[in-house]
Amino acid sequence: MDRTIAIDVSHLCKTYDSHHAVNDLSFQVYAGEIFGLLGPNGAGKSTTLRTLITLLHPTSGTATVMGHDTVREADTVRTLIGYVPQERAIDRFLTGREHLQLLGALYHLTTDEATKRINELLKLVDLEDHADRPAKTYSGGMKRKLDIACGLLPNPKILFLDEPTLGLDVQSRLRIWEYVRMLKARGMTVVMTTNYLDEADQLCDRLAIIDGGKIKTLGSPIELKIALGGDIVSLTLKELDRIPSLETELKGRPAIKSVRTTTKGLDIRVESPEKALPAILEAANRLGCSIEFIQYNRPRLDDVFIAHTGRAITESIPETESAS
Amino acid sequence: MEHYWQEISALTMRWVRRLSREKFSMLFTLVQPMLFWLIFFGNLFQRAADTQVMQAPNYISFLAAGVVIMTVLNNGLAGGVDLLFDKENGFLERLMSTPIHRTSVILSRFIFVMGITSMQVLVILGVSYLFGVHPATGILGVATILLIGMMFGVGLTAISMAMAFSVKSHGDFFSVLGFLSLPMIFLSSALVPLTAMPGWMSFLAQFNPMTWAIDAVRPLILSGWTEALPHVGMVILVMLVFDALCLYGGAKAFRRAMG
Repeated sequence: MDRTIAIDVSHLCKTYDSHHAVNDLSFQVYAGEIFGLLGPNGAGKSTTLRTLITLLHPTSGTATVMGHDTVREADTVRTLIGYVPQERAIDRFLTGREHLQLLGALYHLTTDEATKRINELLKLVDLEDHADRPAKTYSGGMKRKLDIACGLLPNPKILFLDEPTLGLDVQSRLRIWEYVRMLKARGMTVVMTTNYLDEADQLCDRLAIIDGGKIKTLGSPIELKIALGGDIVSLTLKELDRIPSLETELKGRPAIKSVRTTTKGLDIRVESPEKALPAILEAANRLGCSIEFIQYNRPRLDDVFIAHTGRAITESIPETESAS
Repeated sequence: MEHYWQEISALTMRWVRRLSREKFSMLFTLVQPMLFWLIFFGNLFQRAADTQVMQAPNYISFLAAGVVIMTVLNNGLAGGVDLLFDKENGFLERLMSTPIHRTSVILSRFIFVMGITSMQVLVILGVSYLFGVHPATGILGVATILLIGMMFGVGLTAISMAMAFSVKSHGDFFSVLGFLSLPMIFLSSALVPLTAMPGWMSFLAQFNPMTWAIDAVRPLILSGWTEALPHVGMVILVMLVFDALCLYGGAKAFRRAMG
């Protein structure tokens, strides 16, 4: 993977009166990845994002986007980024096309350039048929798609998404995820904030868990889960006397971190189930242990979150969550 | 410079489009409540008002200048409302995250508010004309009235925008707006001349920039250039100071809100 640094945040602090919204934040975003800022409301995600899109000046510390300082070279940064604010940043009286035309002028596109790009984008987000209706007639999902088209209009190197699926129904949500993955496939760098754990888990290559204005941990979802101790495969054996021999056999094998005996079998901590499961089954087979029951527990990002912040993410997760 | 113009015209077009999308709203914007002051208030007090005190042939011709400036007042004070909504729903952030000149959004708003206000002032002068109020200084006088209106309007719109950028919620904004507007009208020479007011009211009204504007517009309508010119010169000075203060405050509020 390309490890060019797209965004470099260094010792960023933002203080309002005596309240530290963001306190000594440092991280890097690589070009071409989907980077997530995960945390409850008020954790400092939005402050960080708004600094990166040049709308906030840091109290101290710096942030650069493609090597350009967000304060001193704000205008350059603005030409490189696209921004999708939280839902409903839409003028209900304008049509979808007019939104894009307005932004086209603000990015100083010529009319021809703008028309061409607008048609492409409307097609991309499936809004061609509704482009000339005022946005107040749009559904939540359509508004979100228009939002994303607006963010993509400047053909940005980096796209910033603020809570991209907040309050959306399941289908729209999946649709947005699809777009984000497609943009990544096209080589775009995506930075998003979210307070949905499953969204961060599914979508982000790497994520930073932010709480109280500080980064609690940072890494890929898998790394973060592994750091907790890995997945657990629990075996229940038919012949309990075979447990010790299987334990010896499995200990120290690659992809297996630890083996612990239980009353009816073994609890095996594994690095990756893909590698460990065949090894476990093969060993059991070779020793002639018949397995009665096999259970596999993957630590969820919820566990990571709780481990690092000491509590569950405070925002309640909407009902749509369970269906996806 | 070319970019700046492209931004401002696109942003101004947006305000125009918004207004034109709502035919009703457009109608009511042009034929707005100020006209009722002129028509109903003006005619209602026709006989109750003393023409000696008013120094005018009839009450409606006295009132016309007041209604013109009241229109400017209301439009100006409400001028920031749309930016307030833009701020609340994130549209403003979206605009400001684009590589536009930081003043473009604000400037587009000034242009739009001033344009609409000019049209309304012309409608009011037109309706006054139908009631027999013929501006004594002619077309040039009407142009001067528009100039005075615009100068007053710029400062008011700046105040309104400053408030839009500073308030926590739009509830606060509208409370302050409702609170400001009526005292501004009563404590001015819009409805009666200062000489006919109780002492304490006329004292306060002297400090109201609205009084200065009305006292310049009124002779332009009623008397003629010789009487109007000193007032016009004076109001231009007053308005320059007023605008400078308001724009300074507005710029400060904007910078605070936009980082």
